[in-house]
Amino acid sequence: MTGLPRLTFMELKLFLREPLAVFFAVAFPALLVGILGSVPGFREPKQDIGGLRVIDLYVPIAIAFVLVMLSLNLVPATLATYRERGILRRLATTPVGPTALLAAQMLMSLLMAVGAVLLVLAVGRLAFDVALPQQPTGFALAFVLGAAAVFAMGLVLAAVAPSARSAQGFGTVLFFPVMFFAGLWVPRAAMPGTLRDISDFTPLGATVQALQDAAAGAWPQALHLAVMAAYAVVFGLVAVRTFRWQ
Amino acid sequence: MQVIEVDNLRKQYRDHVAVQDISFTVERGEIFGIVGPNGAGKTTTVECVEGLRTPDGGSIKVLGMDPRRDGAELRHRVGAQLQESALPDRMKVWEALDLYASFYPRPADQRRLIDDLGLGDKRETTFGKLSGGQKQRLSIALALVGDPEIAVLDELTSGLDPNARRDTWDLIEQVRDGGVTVLLVTHFMDEAERLCDRVAVVDAGRVVALDSPSSLIARMDTAQRIRFRPASPLDDGLLIALPEVRSVRRNGVQVVVTGTGNLLQAVTSVLARNQIVAADLRLEQASLDDAYVALTGHAAVSD
Repeated sequence: MTGLPRLTFMELKLFLREPLAVFFAVAFPALLVGILGSVPGFREPKQDIGGLRVIDLYVPIAIAFVLVMLSLNLVPATLATYRERGILRRLATTPVGPTALLAAQMLMSLLMAVGAVLLVLAVGRLAFDVALPQQPTGFALAFVLGAAAVFAMGLVLAAVAPSARSAQGFGTVLFFPVMFFAGLWVPRAAMPGTLRDISDFTPLGATVQALQDAAAGAWPQALHLAVMAAYAVVFGLVAVRTFRWQ
Repeated sequence: MQVIEVDNLRKQYRDHVAVQDISFTVERGEIFGIVGPNGAGKTTTVECVEGLRTPDGGSIKVLGMDPRRDGAELRHRVGAQLQESALPDRMKVWEALDLYASFYPRPADQRRLIDDLGLGDKRETTFGKLSGGQKQRLSIALALVGDPEIAVLDELTSGLDPNARRDTWDLIEQVRDGGVTVLLVTHFMDEAERLCDRVAVVDAGRVVALDSPSSLIARMDTAQRIRFRPASPLDDGLLIALPEVRSVRRNGVQVVVTGTGNLLQAVTSVLARNQIVAADLRLEQASLDDAYVALTGHAAVSD
């Protein structure tokens, strides 16, 4: 696909010119870890969450936050804007084509996600002694599958939203349930059994647990990997079928 | 040599037929206009030429190729300026040109293009901060940055002020002089009359006339109009008897004569023979706008 590196670089430049988006997607999750880690009680091991510290639980949650901000808020709104303003159509008249812009936008967001995740891990490790993932391959796999699941959802959102404004609105509305089940307000370890069972079947509930398990040195559970893969495949297919270029 | 051939094009949307039956050919090196009111099917036609839409009937050949089948090859050789197409607000002028130039194997000289379009001092300005005219000029620059053989320009002066429109017209003439064939869509008759070598007049999805602007005007039987105030009483019959005259009308003390051919000389010699002095004599040439109204029965600009 010609033009992809140039388009990705351009998308990156454009993204970095939106200070608010950069802050919320890249800096804020690391900041969240920093703030929670500053609460002394959150640095003490707790019996009711399996002897872990609250800050240990919030590192994967902050990673889920990164993925949600980029995949459900930023990407759908950007792509819907590109469609609304005829930018995708305009590219369809060039040798490069609109698919390249779609790919560039996703690639840029993934690069940003990786950067934000490294930032979160660095803050956790350096400031609060949160161990780096003990099972790095499993951790990377969980991250990639989790990203694939929510980015596929974001693409469907971009496909069905009639306008950029509504894409943004839907993204914000989706943020709350998705992040709730990821444990942003009540970590999964502190959730009642039924709630945690439901969370297992949500894209970011599965992602957070898989990241958590890999961080602790275990291979992610098959259930969580399957849930993430299923979201990625189902929403990916729906996105391919429903995406409109104009 | 023909670079665009459109034969019996038909395109239907869910609820209405946008293009009934449109045929025309564009010769290499000319500025060819498609004129007509909003909703006449002009944009749909050029979108089929650009390969953005699939025709329901008829055939299109661009540089001898089918825009749907050979789209990849054609997109290297055809530059397009779309109606209502924008760029991301935070993209700078030079970045847009640089990016679009990178899509093509042999791009045009960006610096020259940017200067020719009068955007030299706007290189570092972001798209969102450009005026309507500047945006439009950037959009034209992007259509030309791939050094195309054909440029398809849709409503290129919509939203421009009169000065910017004139500058844009000069620019399009320069582009043509540089060897680019221009397919122009417009609902401004003055623009078509000024720029186009030939125009297809489109109304309700059909071509109602296709010729040079001057021939379309000359075809009307009221191509010329003379107004004057006779200093002494004048018998209309004297004028009506002339073969060049189509009609004689009184407008207060003013006489309005329409007709064709050498109308002015015919009228003035009759007046001279009858020793009638014509005061405030004015000759008005019909415009493409008049021809358009005569051809379609309604005015071009409805908004």
